[in-house]
Amino acid sequence: MEVLERYEPLVDDFAAFLTACERPLPSVVRVNTIKATVERAKQALAEEGIAVEPTWHDELLALPEAQPGANWPYVHGWLHGQEEVSAVPAEVLDPEPGDRVWDACAAPGSKTTQLAALMDDSGTVVATDSNLGRISALRSNAERLGVTNVAVTNEDARNHSLKPFDGVEYDHALVDVPCSCEGTVRKNPDTLEEWTLDHVEGIASVQKGILRRAVQATRPGGTVVYSTCTFSPEENEAVLDHVLTTESCELVEFDLPLAHALGVTEWEGASFDPTVAKAKRIYPHHNDTGGFFAAKLTVGEA
Amino acid sequence: MSGDDSGAETDREQATAENRSHRFDRLPATAEERRVEGRPTRTEVLDWWAERFGVDPDVFADHTFWERGSGKIWAFAGEAPTPVEIEALGLVFLRTRREHWKPTLEAVQRFGGHATENVIDLSRAEAATFLAGDDQDLDWDGDWGYLVVTNEIAGEREPLGVGLYVHGELRSQVPKGRRRDFRVE
Repeated sequence: MEVLERYEPLVDDFAAFLTACERPLPSVVRVNTIKATVERAKQALAEEGIAVEPTWHDELLALPEAQPGANWPYVHGWLHGQEEVSAVPAEVLDPEPGDRVWDACAAPGSKTTQLAALMDDSGTVVATDSNLGRISALRSNAERLGVTNVAVTNEDARNHSLKPFDGVEYDHALVDVPCSCEGTVRKNPDTLEEWTLDHVEGIASVQKGILRRAVQATRPGGTVVYSTCTFSPEENEAVLDHVLTTESCELVEFDLPLAHALGVTEWEGASFDPTVAKAKRIYPHHNDTGGFFAAKLTVGEA
Repeated sequence: MSGDDSGAETDREQATAENRSHRFDRLPATAEERRVEGRPTRTEVLDWWAERFGVDPDVFADHTFWERGSGKIWAFAGEAPTPVEIEALGLVFLRTRREHWKPTLEAVQRFGGHATENVIDLSRAEAATFLAGDDQDLDWDGDWGYLVVTNEIAGEREPLGVGLYVHGELRSQVPKGRRRDFRVE
């Protein structure tokens, strides 16, 4: 937990933050609305005696005493195990049926399949990942959930090519980048043992490249959501600051029905574009969830 | 886009009119438009679902069908040019280019609720045996061959997977990775 000490200047109630980071998280499932309604999914869980608790979102059900995958509604593809905060970026992106959406770092597909459900499985989600093993998990999840509007590509998102799709730009892009994952400490306590500042700085450079490519591949007036599961400003506000200076885009306000803090404009002597305060930081003690970061951008004329 | 495959045969495809395993080709609408020998047509796919399971072709009005690999058909709701070289395009839907075409578990779970023929309703105990991957003796008055297997959940019958009925036996076709053992005893 020592790694987290660096965030003491940022966090409102640091003792509560550390305590929350040490508590395990309950299982949460998202109802796959492509195959079932929330009411029927709840009924199916009740038939098996599985207790359900509400969360911030109607379609997310906490299962305090059960594993997500060992029940009948799961094998029918009605449920997908997905942490509460992991459902934030697709909700913030808010795609419409018929849209064309890029999911830049898609595997294992929780957010991809959530996007598909938000679009009523119409339009197109291009789901990219650089790792073939993880793409196999993405495909398995998408098929189990009966998703039919996803096209999967295997490439480095920084060099994402529109060529296979005749150059058509996106209405929206979801950029949920690989990160140092500090915010998943409640699920994977080992995460912090591998933490180094070198890794944070290296991965921040990858994140900048992916976010820039997403802005370039999105049509003017389209939206891009950037998210991570880390607290590190190097991977969050500094990445936004970089894209604001290098690409045609701006940060916009958005609503989020979860308690949160605002993006930070200063960190260890560096200062960022003041509009990065429009981003939202979710700390584990705020809502008893994992940690998360999300920002919404609109794309300008190239 | 709905149901319109008329643009499927592009110059690129005609230049390499063969079934290459690393790319997706949209199925031609009809036999007249077929350029690759043995490739099923959209019409044949729709007819097969209608004849075998009584599924109305309108159910697939928003989906195009694509072949990657020999006989493996994918259903896609989005838009893409043909051919397209990517990792996956929608849902693996149907195995063709064989004597008996076979739907995938995922296709049956997604579209099998529209089936009116060759549907076998299992009890919860029978469904558990099926889901575990085991074969079982069951009475069935209909055709032999691939059946839509349903399970009752949340008050209604829902498609669970594909069974092969032969010789008084329902053979589970649940792929290994989808099997679960929920049997009570």
